[in-house]
Amino acid sequence: MCLAIPGKITSIEGDDQLRRTGQVDFGGILKTVSLAYVPEAKIGDYVIVHVGFALSIVDEAEAQTVFDYLRQMNELDEIKEPGP
Amino acid sequence: MSHSADFSCPIPIQQYPRVLMAHGGGGRLMHDLISRMFLSAFSETPAGTSHDSTVLPSPAARLAFTTDTFVVRPVFFPGGDIGSLAVHGTVNDLAMSGARPLWLSAGFILEEGLPMEALWKIVCSMRDAARSCGVRIVTGDTKVMEQRGADGLFINTAGIGAVEHSLTISPMSVRAGDVILVNGDLGRHGMAIMSVREGLDFQTKIESDSAPVAEPVLKLLKANIEIHCLRDLTRGGLAAVLNEIAEASKLRIQVDEKSIPIREDVHAACELLGLDPLHVACEGRFACFVPAKDADLALSILQADDPAARKIGEVISESPIVLLKSAIGANRILDMPSGEQMPRIC
Amino acid sequence: MKFLDEYRDAEAARAYAQQIAQAASKPWVLMEVCGGQTHAIVKFGIDELLPSNVTLIHGPGCPVCVTPIEYIDKALKIASQPGVIFCSFGDMLRVPGSSADLLSVKSRGADVRMVYSPLDAVRLAAQNPGREVVFFAVGFETTAPATAMAAFQAHSQGLKNFSLLVSHVLVPPAMEALLASPECRVQGFLAAGHVCTVMGCEEYDPIAARYRVPIVVTGFEPLDILQGVLMCVRQLEQGRSVVENQYARVARKDGNPHARDLMRRVFQVVNRQWRGLGEIPLSGLGFAKEFGALDAEKKFGVTDLHAAEPPECLSGLVLQGRLKPVECPAFGQSCTPEHPLGAPMVSSEGACAAYYRYRHRTPIPA
Repeated sequence: MCLAIPGKITSIEGDDQLRRTGQVDFGGILKTVSLAYVPEAKIGDYVIVHVGFALSIVDEAEAQTVFDYLRQMNELDEIKEPGP
Repeated sequence: MSHSADFSCPIPIQQYPRVLMAHGGGGRLMHDLISRMFLSAFSETPAGTSHDSTVLPSPAARLAFTTDTFVVRPVFFPGGDIGSLAVHGTVNDLAMSGARPLWLSAGFILEEGLPMEALWKIVCSMRDAARSCGVRIVTGDTKVMEQRGADGLFINTAGIGAVEHSLTISPMSVRAGDVILVNGDLGRHGMAIMSVREGLDFQTKIESDSAPVAEPVLKLLKANIEIHCLRDLTRGGLAAVLNEIAEASKLRIQVDEKSIPIREDVHAACELLGLDPLHVACEGRFACFVPAKDADLALSILQADDPAARKIGEVISESPIVLLKSAIGANRILDMPSGEQMPRIC
Repeated sequence: MKFLDEYRDAEAARAYAQQIAQAASKPWVLMEVCGGQTHAIVKFGIDELLPSNVTLIHGPGCPVCVTPIEYIDKALKIASQPGVIFCSFGDMLRVPGSSADLLSVKSRGADVRMVYSPLDAVRLAAQNPGREVVFFAVGFETTAPATAMAAFQAHSQGLKNFSLLVSHVLVPPAMEALLASPECRVQGFLAAGHVCTVMGCEEYDPIAARYRVPIVVTGFEPLDILQGVLMCVRQLEQGRSVVENQYARVARKDGNPHARDLMRRVFQVVNRQWRGLGEIPLSGLGFAKEFGALDAEKKFGVTDLHAAEPPECLSGLVLQGRLKPVECPAFGQSCTPEHPLGAPMVSSEGACAAYYRYRHRTPIPA
């Protein structure tokens, strides 16, 4: 399950929440995607798309935590073993 | 390189909008089809001299001889069609022996009901491709079959080329220490086909990389590169070729994923459909095995033709598998793809 | 590609691997639940970066692998009906049923079509009013919202020629079934990040508490998986067993309520057979009464079609993590990717197919 990849919404069509669709740009590939499940999504947002449906808006701040976590641990390591 | 896009030649057979069974029947209709369509497109001289076989002067002490059949669907795709594909594919098979491609045959199996306009477009596409490759289509055949949902037509080709070097270009010549190069970015053809395949439609500018590769190969030979092996990357992509050569040469192949050139949009299309770009077909790409001493020169020759050409790995003296160093620096086995790659959701 | 390629950074991967090695003071056995995670582990060689005392067992999180053989047979029976357009995701086309697969019935003339989205199948139904269009709805909770929307739209449009063969399954009951087995070796889980994107993280709290296993909701890129492993190992070293969310950039605690609303309207929870695991109560989705007319099983009369697994296929034990594929007598002999006995050999992230790629390292027993 769950091949879902991130793409950027470049345009939105439709007013009805359930029928709203967007053109999503995946690294140069454009696909029409249902935005029914992300009513708050707007142009410029990155969404995660699975079988033609956007399921979530990527939280750009949270996206950094994978790297922050690592940085914190490296800093802790340096404190434990101070350099020469 | 676009084919058949700008179409100014009028179809030479106006009164029959579609191919009929009678066009394969051996009579007047077939004679007209051959002379007004095929011969007028492929011959340098006016039609009128059609024989059962064509006699040609022997061009060199050694000849390269190949055959292939083209069944691609859809027959028209971004960046080409079954016609240009057939010419390039055959030329490239000859180039993989280091031969100078000279002559092609073209056998057509046409489905009853094929629009004459589509056939003419394909024929013109073959004529143009042959001209730009410097080859002639010198003999052919036409059959018409009953409608069977085959999407219009199949093309069978054979090709003859002159082998003007004295190397043995084969997996048996591959040695430990050889460097592996590719002549450009991978995966365009397969993804171009996918993009117009029913059920998948996505908008992209990816076009097939269908192109002749005889020129860069001949340039390598002219520079006295000691080519050990050449293999074009068609069905099964790079993974299939590397596995075939590892098995045939009984040597291990090590490649670095980071050095394999793949365009961003091809990468994105593969991610979208869950496909491995190393399993995706190309049509104008080949892998080249050369001794380490020739690698830099070979690369510069290939890059003069296509700046995306790269060194991607090497051959080592161990058990014959293909090892790929992944983007994160860990090794995995790059296995022979099994069956047609399917887009996945999982 | 943004929000994808950054999580494949080699230096960061090595740094995470080092942290895991430092953190793990004893052997730990983890399971990644989702087939997509297994795929990433195999594709990037992530297990090569892990220290030898941290083992990853591939879980049953592959809808291809767990779709019961009888559902494939039902699909084949429906697809072989004259006039039917049978639509399926690519994943299912080569999964073996009792005697054939969808690709082989296609070669015998059935109109089997691959689609990217269930909505493509609805469109086909609208465009072909004289044909019966059937969609094979497999997948976990990640895919169920898409199927629900297809059913909902067909229903709203009054399409009489569209139906769905539903074999959706739910992750938490499967995890519980695994953990309830006394032979279960798994000490911590990487939960399926995209399933949690829909369902949220909270339904895993009682599982973590009852079985005292850490559960880390994890993404699908190498750095996600490595961070997930690290977080899990840390909990194990500290004797903790709670639910944590590594994939917060996509999966929220509350999941996607809009998706769940429509799923609740279209579906109800039912008992389901899992290939290799047997029947797990309340582990799947079937149609709610309002949408019963869209049930292809009823429409085509295949509700009572039953089939048994081939006895030589031990995929059940493999899926439970109790048998390594290489220990199965059929592995590499009568069962290979070219002629698979069971789904874990067909699916590219099935445990057996993944092991098959490494067969040169682990010799196949004679």
